[in-house]
Order: sequence, then C-alpha cells, then structure tokens
Amino acid sequence: MNREDNKIVAFCCEHSAYQAANKAGRTRLYYPDNVRIIRVPCAGRVDVQHILKAFEKGAAGVLVMGCQEGACQHLTGSTRAKERVKYAESLLKEVGIDGGEVRMVNLAPDMAQRFIREVKEMAEKIEGR
Amino acid sequence: MIIAQRKPLEEIKNMLSGYKNILVAGCRTCVTICWAGGEKEVGILSSQLKLASSGERNGLSILEATVERQCEKEMVIDELGDKVPEVEAILSMGCGAGVQTVADIFEGKPVFPALNTTFVGMPEKEGAWVEMCGACGDCFLDRSGGICPVVRCAKGLLNGPCGGTRRGGKCEIDPEKECAWVLIYRRLEKQGRLDLMRKYYEPKNYRAVKRPGRVKAATA
Repeated sequence: MNREDNKIVAFCCEHSAYQAANKAGRTRLYYPDNVRIIRVPCAGRVDVQHILKAFEKGAAGVLVMGCQEGACQHLTGSTRAKERVKYAESLLKEVGIDGGEVRMVNLAPDMAQRFIREVKEMAEKIEGR
Repeated sequence: MIIAQRKPLEEIKNMLSGYKNILVAGCRTCVTICWAGGEKEVGILSSQLKLASSGERNGLSILEATVERQCEKEMVIDELGDKVPEVEAILSMGCGAGVQTVADIFEGKPVFPALNTTFVGMPEKEGAWVEMCGACGDCFLDRSGGICPVVRCAKGLLNGPCGGTRRGGKCEIDPEKECAWVLIYRRLEKQGRLDLMRKYYEPKNYRAVKRPGRVKAATA
C-alpha cells in the first residue's frame, strides 16, 4: 500500500460504526472506495500501535469509529479510544504527520449518512494535501 | 523501581544519523511499568522512526526485541545474541544499567540510550510516578516514619520542616507537593513516636556509597 493511493483505514466498532457502514452498503449509498474497513470488537481495542502501524504500512488517513460516548457496550471503550487517538496524534506530530490524518468518530449503528460524511471528509482532506 | 522517560524523537534521530540497520531493544522490568521502554514502547518508537525516515531514499531497517531484564547479561545474550550481528547499532530502551550491560556485551556495536533514567520511585496514580529513594547508601527511614526526607523534602532537610511550609502542609517550593516533614510528623504522631521529632540529627554522610557503588551478598 503506497501513501500515494490515499488509502484510509477505518477501525470500526462492530456494535456501531460497522453496522452503520453495513447499512450504507445495504442501501447502496456511495462512499469513497479508498477506505479499508477493519472490524473490531470495540473501539477500545484499537491501540496506538495499530494506528501507527497503519501509517507505517502506507495509509494516508486513519479513522477510529466507535459508539457514541456513554453508549459503549464495554462502557469505556469509546472514551479510551478517544484518549488513544489523542496520544497517536501527538506521536504522529513528532514525525511530521500533523494535518488531522487521524480522527476519532462517534457513531450510532443507524448513522449510515454520518459514516459516509466522515469518510468523504477524510478522503477530501487527504486529497487536498 | 527505576523510573525513566523517553528522550525526544529529534534527539534519538540525531543519535542514529548515519545508521541504517538498527535494533531497538526494550526491557520488560522497571521501564515497562513506567511506560517508557517496554515491548509496546519499542513498537511505538520503531514505528515513529520508520515513519520519520520514510521520505528518505533508504529508510531505516529496524529489528525489535524486548529483554526480560536488560541489566542481566544472560538474559541480554539469550534475547539479543542472534539479532545483534544483523545490525549496525543498538538503540536501548532500558535504564542506564541496561544500556551499559548491552554495551558491555556487544562491545563492537555502538549502543545508544533512548531513555533518560530519572529516579527510583513508585506509581502515584495511573501514568504518574514519584521519586521515593535517592539511593544514598545511608538509610534514614527508621527515624522518619518510612518517609524519606532526603528526596521528598525539596531541600533534603534532616531536621525539618523548614520555615516555609505553606498552609495545608504544602511545600513552599512547589505548592502541588506535600511538605515531607508534615507527612513525617503525621506518620510519627499516628505511631506515637513523636519523640523522634525532638531529636537532632547530625549531617548525614552523603558519601556512604563510593562511586562506582559495589555490593556483595553476605554469602558470596
């Protein structure tokens, strides 16, 4: 995977964001094809190392998509993910990746439109660099 | 345990300039617990170094390894012995003792420290550690209720408190910190040993440990 491909890696919680992505697909809604969805049991499963590894392997952007705050099946997963994304941002800043290429998004399972909007926004941000 | 902090990435990059094949070696003991040099931190630093060098023509090639205790020769040889011949330099994420153990074993390779070893301490809360011992070699804790004034008092006073203790028992130098001598007074009061506060202690022998320190077990 080359950074030039503008690939976006989206870590999606299977209880919320993955359902939203699924709904977007089932209802035949279009979203950028450069996004790679990785299903995770909870956004709290996503570690700083996973985010860094995605960039290391050539991703141009990373989305961590979890439940809305307070609605996490595992209670604190989304909150932990938010903190980890913040930490990953600071680590990426040190190596010169500092343009909002990593982002935490909180979704409900029926928010297919919001899922698409977030992916599109990230795709546009990366293309516009 | 020994507390350390990672050096800024820029400083580490400068140390490694000119080397293309490196081994990042962590330690699973103290520096893992203080989130500075364990397996996870080795992964994070390796990723950062790779990302930082990705724009260069020949990026860095990095091997990763984590030793159970980097200050023990046998463990270092077991874990790193087969990896070191493949690299030009070693970046140690152990404490100062770990870095020097690795450097002693692999004398032919440059070994660089990725951490600043700061003090002997304990966890205060999640993600925060506090200094507890200055390793002075002449322990005073029997007279101070188990609270070390040498490191926990900003002035290292043995006959405290000084005149600057703030209201609420805070230190005059840093109002965030407790005055060690207020803590000592309260501890001794609980134990009914306040008479110790009335004793005068002569200046301590700060040269009890002759550098470099060396200790032999009684049976050895």
